[in-house]
Amino acid sequence: MPKNLSLELVATTKRYGETTAVDAINHKFQAGTYSCLLGPSGCGKSSTLRMIAGHEHVSEGDILLGDANITDLPPAGRGTAMMFQNYALFPHISVADNVAFSQKMKGVERSVRLTRAMELLDLVDMTAYADRLPDQLSGGQQQRVALARALITEPSVLLLDEPLSALDPFLRIKMRLELKRLQRELGISFIHVTHSQDEALALADDIIVMNGGQIEQAGSPRDVFNAPRTEFVAKFIGGHNVLQVGGSPVAVRADKLNVARTAGEGDAILSAAVKDVEYLGSTVNLALDAGSAGDLTASLPDAAFFADPIEIGTTVFLGWKREDAHALAA
Amino acid sequence: MTKTKTDPSKRAERISWLLVTPLTCVLGFFLLLPILTIVTVSFWNYNEWSFFPDFVLDNYAFHLTSAVTWATYLKTLKFMVLTWIFCAGIGFTVAYFLAFHVQSLPAQVALFLVCTIPFWTSNIIRMISWIPFLGRNGIANSSLIHLGIIDEPLEWLLYSDFAVVLAFVHLYALFMVVPIFNTMMRIDKSLIEAARDAGASGFQILTNVIIPLAKPGIMIGSIFVVTLVMGDFITVRHMSGGQSASVGRIISNEISLLQYPAAAASSVVLLCTVLLMIGVMMRFVDIRKEL
Repeated sequence: MPKNLSLELVATTKRYGETTAVDAINHKFQAGTYSCLLGPSGCGKSSTLRMIAGHEHVSEGDILLGDANITDLPPAGRGTAMMFQNYALFPHISVADNVAFSQKMKGVERSVRLTRAMELLDLVDMTAYADRLPDQLSGGQQQRVALARALITEPSVLLLDEPLSALDPFLRIKMRLELKRLQRELGISFIHVTHSQDEALALADDIIVMNGGQIEQAGSPRDVFNAPRTEFVAKFIGGHNVLQVGGSPVAVRADKLNVARTAGEGDAILSAAVKDVEYLGSTVNLALDAGSAGDLTASLPDAAFFADPIEIGTTVFLGWKREDAHALAA
Repeated sequence: MTKTKTDPSKRAERISWLLVTPLTCVLGFFLLLPILTIVTVSFWNYNEWSFFPDFVLDNYAFHLTSAVTWATYLKTLKFMVLTWIFCAGIGFTVAYFLAFHVQSLPAQVALFLVCTIPFWTSNIIRMISWIPFLGRNGIANSSLIHLGIIDEPLEWLLYSDFAVVLAFVHLYALFMVVPIFNTMMRIDKSLIEAARDAGASGFQILTNVIIPLAKPGIMIGSIFVVTLVMGDFITVRHMSGGQSASVGRIISNEISLLQYPAAAASSVVLLCTVLLMIGVMMRFVDIRKEL
């Protein structure tokens, strides 16, 4: 049975020569949670994942799984399993043999390991494809096989390196739900690396936003989205406007901006020209030029917008409630 | 004015035919025609001073029933198997080192070019240059005596089967390195990480991942080595000092005696043997995926 253990990074550092990819980060991944490492490319999220997996040497610091220090253990001996970005299925052996690979390495008898592989394939709904070669599967199917192959080792933590990036948008949303369901059913921790904030918000119990080898903010998706701590997080997570109020930056969600035609309504603070109007279905986004305050975005519910449509070129007045403005660390 | 419009698909087809014509002509004139000539001549008859059109099976009958032929084939096969074993071993090791241990691409390219340096000189020169090295008073023997490892010069170093196989391996090892290196470079490095993640040891990764995936390269290299060794006559003659026979030497001897129909028959038999061997090898591995 997979054990339910927490994973902790203690001042974990990765250096490549002179450059520091991951800079002494500390974080505790709670047992049985879905965590997303979120950040732009080169932020150190993949290096962090690969260090946890044991595919990258840890330059300094430790990685703890439960009570055990797994920093220098080999990949297969540390209770983690990794699902690779391009799935890395062995092209010369069948789906069932791919899933049973780790058991074959352990010397488990063929009939026993294939039975076990079929159980795992059943978990990901792929039993019908057991005899195929990986080339004969679609991207989504390959991913399920890769999942089954990683899970057969009964890891405490499953590591996923951009698992959805190779799929088309429709399949991505479908697989996203499935990953979440699987994590709930298995009760083990998933650590998922992604550069897509939508993916992270939808999946994670815990989001860790990384930038420049450091953790910018960690917390529940709602906390991170609602109250970004830094300007980087506000911009990366999207849906926020970063404004200067009294010389210090604040973040205001685009849907919390109040757009009015005349000054004096509510507590208007800024005036802006409407540059563009984007209809997005349930909402309408206004691209605004607020002069010295820069480019802003206001998001209105479609009903509110179409009750009184605003044309491009109109000057509008923007306001927000005091509690909706979150001060950012400089 | 009525102008019949050509159907575009027919036009495309005609252009395709036109495009393959030059290659067809080259292959026809320089491959098919000579082979047909040889097959034809192999049924002709000959006497001491001339050969003439005829349809006799004597050439084949004599060739296939002669004990010399069988012994020679056995000897040639022995050379081939030994050469193949050493070339495959060396080729795989060198390719593995280049593909998986050398990390940077420029270093890989540089080392690969180093491997090809011996090929900047001709086959004959590379072969002949072994003679002063291996000879009775050659560098190898005098060094060994000097070091006190042996008292008498080793007689089997030169003009022996050892010398023949050594020269073959030297000449043909690169033909093994290149295709194996090529297939290994295409192995996704994340497969090796995935194998390690699944708990495979270095040796298990080699036998379960790398060798199966490098098989097409091994097979292409094997085809090179097998065809080259089977058809060789000059290396065997020089390195064995004329003491060892090979199928190629039978043919060259027959040519020098102007027994062209006999030589042609021997050639056809050799050609069929080699094609048969390649056919069997292709059975094991689908190399088309690699081309």
